[in-house]
Amino acid sequence: MSFPWAKTYNPQHPFTKWMDERLPVPRLVYNAVGSGYPVPRNLNYWWNFGFMALTCLALQIVTGIILAMHYAANAGVAFDSVEHIMRDVNWGWMLRYAHANGASAFFIVIYIHIFRGFYYGSYKAPREMVWLLGVVIFLLMMATAFMGYVLPWGQMSFWGAKVITGLFGAIPLVGEPIQQWLLGGFAPDNAALNRFFSLHYLLPFVIVGVVVLHIWALHIPGSSNPTGVEVKSESDTVPFYPFFIAKDGWTLGAFLFLYTALVFFAPNMLGHPDNYIPANPMSTPAHIVPEWYFWPFYAILRAFTFDFFIVPAKLMGVLAMFGAILVWFFLPWLDKSPVRSGNYRPLYRKFFWFGLIPAMAALFYLGGAAAAEPYVMLSQIAAFYYFAHFLIIVPIVSSIERPEPLPFSITEAVLGHDEKPASAPAA
Amino acid sequence: MAHDAGTDTPELIAGDGVRRRDFINIAAVSAAGVGGALTLIPLISQMAPSADVLAESSVEVDLSQIKPGQAIKGIFRKQPVFLRNLTPHEVAEADKVSVSSLRDPQSLAERTKPGKENWLITMGVCTHLGCVPLGAGEGEVKGEFGGYFCPCHGSHYDTAARIRKGPAPKNLEVPAYEFTSDTVVKIG
Repeated sequence: MSFPWAKTYNPQHPFTKWMDERLPVPRLVYNAVGSGYPVPRNLNYWWNFGFMALTCLALQIVTGIILAMHYAANAGVAFDSVEHIMRDVNWGWMLRYAHANGASAFFIVIYIHIFRGFYYGSYKAPREMVWLLGVVIFLLMMATAFMGYVLPWGQMSFWGAKVITGLFGAIPLVGEPIQQWLLGGFAPDNAALNRFFSLHYLLPFVIVGVVVLHIWALHIPGSSNPTGVEVKSESDTVPFYPFFIAKDGWTLGAFLFLYTALVFFAPNMLGHPDNYIPANPMSTPAHIVPEWYFWPFYAILRAFTFDFFIVPAKLMGVLAMFGAILVWFFLPWLDKSPVRSGNYRPLYRKFFWFGLIPAMAALFYLGGAAAAEPYVMLSQIAAFYYFAHFLIIVPIVSSIERPEPLPFSITEAVLGHDEKPASAPAA
Repeated sequence: MAHDAGTDTPELIAGDGVRRRDFINIAAVSAAGVGGALTLIPLISQMAPSADVLAESSVEVDLSQIKPGQAIKGIFRKQPVFLRNLTPHEVAEADKVSVSSLRDPQSLAERTKPGKENWLITMGVCTHLGCVPLGAGEGEVKGEFGGYFCPCHGSHYDTAARIRKGPAPKNLEVPAYEFTSDTVVKIG
């Protein structure tokens, strides 16, 4: 599971020896995130976001469990119980703002984590499983975040629930029964609120389980690195502890600085004022949009205003929205280039920085814009480019591109020379 | 190999290689499988609308105060329902459209009761993703076709509440209803 030169756990104290023979949890931790896990010595700051994401998950679980102690999942009192948390519960306002903004922080971190993967080809063999599990985690996160947003039972909560469950109504024949089954009624009400609370509490622990698999799968081949060249010898790696933990700790500090600034100085910046109005089934807010982290996919949903052959526009929009994430599952096989890192792929790199990133930025903006021209047309263009990137550009680029020469090893990339190269010319 | 008493030759039936143990295996796994599958029924159907939700299935509305050109919002199954008294101009406007040119072809007559063509009663639920369209309230935007306009994703409905422009696939749904008197309508 690890490199032959990985340090082995060697308990000294009688208690740790006793423990190691009975339940070797310290050994597991040592090998997973301690000195027993060698990581490439050239990992840059983009490799810090996995640790940050794990911290966010822990933060959300801790604040969430506390909020659940004060929240009441009943359509009659849910809104008031959130106000009770905000006004009456000791430090309730802080915990709720920490949780609500924690979701945003989690998504910022995870989007960077995902796009790190796109640029450096982290999804390629032998790490396909790491990638696939990561996409599963992202889908679970989206479901969890959506259901959490419904719980305050404000106007945006209610109409978000209505619109998102309405997506299932687009499925031919069985759509409406499925929608009523999901909601437990004809419109969101107490039944829906209760089950969303139940699942919002459950899913984070499912995410924890998949994260364990994600890290397990990662530790089989070991972490990738900015050169994309696999580890060859001991000089290519450093132990995770203390070297990489220290680097993770530094960026975590920077992250927490920005996060707490958000929590304490602009706690409602990323929210919607309409959600401080109690849910009203009779009136839709004038400008209904989901939370910012869903905007790219919401823009794709709204881009389909025309029927696509026999597929009606509504169903097409729903399929495209889910397809926008499902296409990531196929990425390891759509990208056929043997070179992993964008640093050595001149053409891919251009399409990444000047194609995918602007298209994604446009979708982010357009998903939050009004459902009017020119935004709809721009959404259509951006959505088309988004799919073209994965389904057309990546496969073609990977077969016609002439990559730049790779360094012999990570050590050579870092130091300019490596002790052992058999065939590499002396620098 | 030790002789496996109880499953070997004495148990063979009619010499075709079938043992009594095979029958027990298949029967046990089948019973467990069918039983396990049946347990899913309550686990899944508990999520469907409960009896109290289904019980709120009809509502009576008095139309006497709605003048031509006005509309009110009622509540049916916890969802808004639009009750609109169309002006003769709006009726003419709806009848003028060629039915076959519509996305969801229906005439105004098919969407109203005979002799009550001015009473347009529809769900106030956009058929796209379920928002409440504007146009029933005083001063609300009625969209390009003078009926309803959904602000969420920009669906425009005409004066017969038929979809004319935007992402919605269907006309606003006409719920089952009947006139119990000249001015009272029972929905559901």
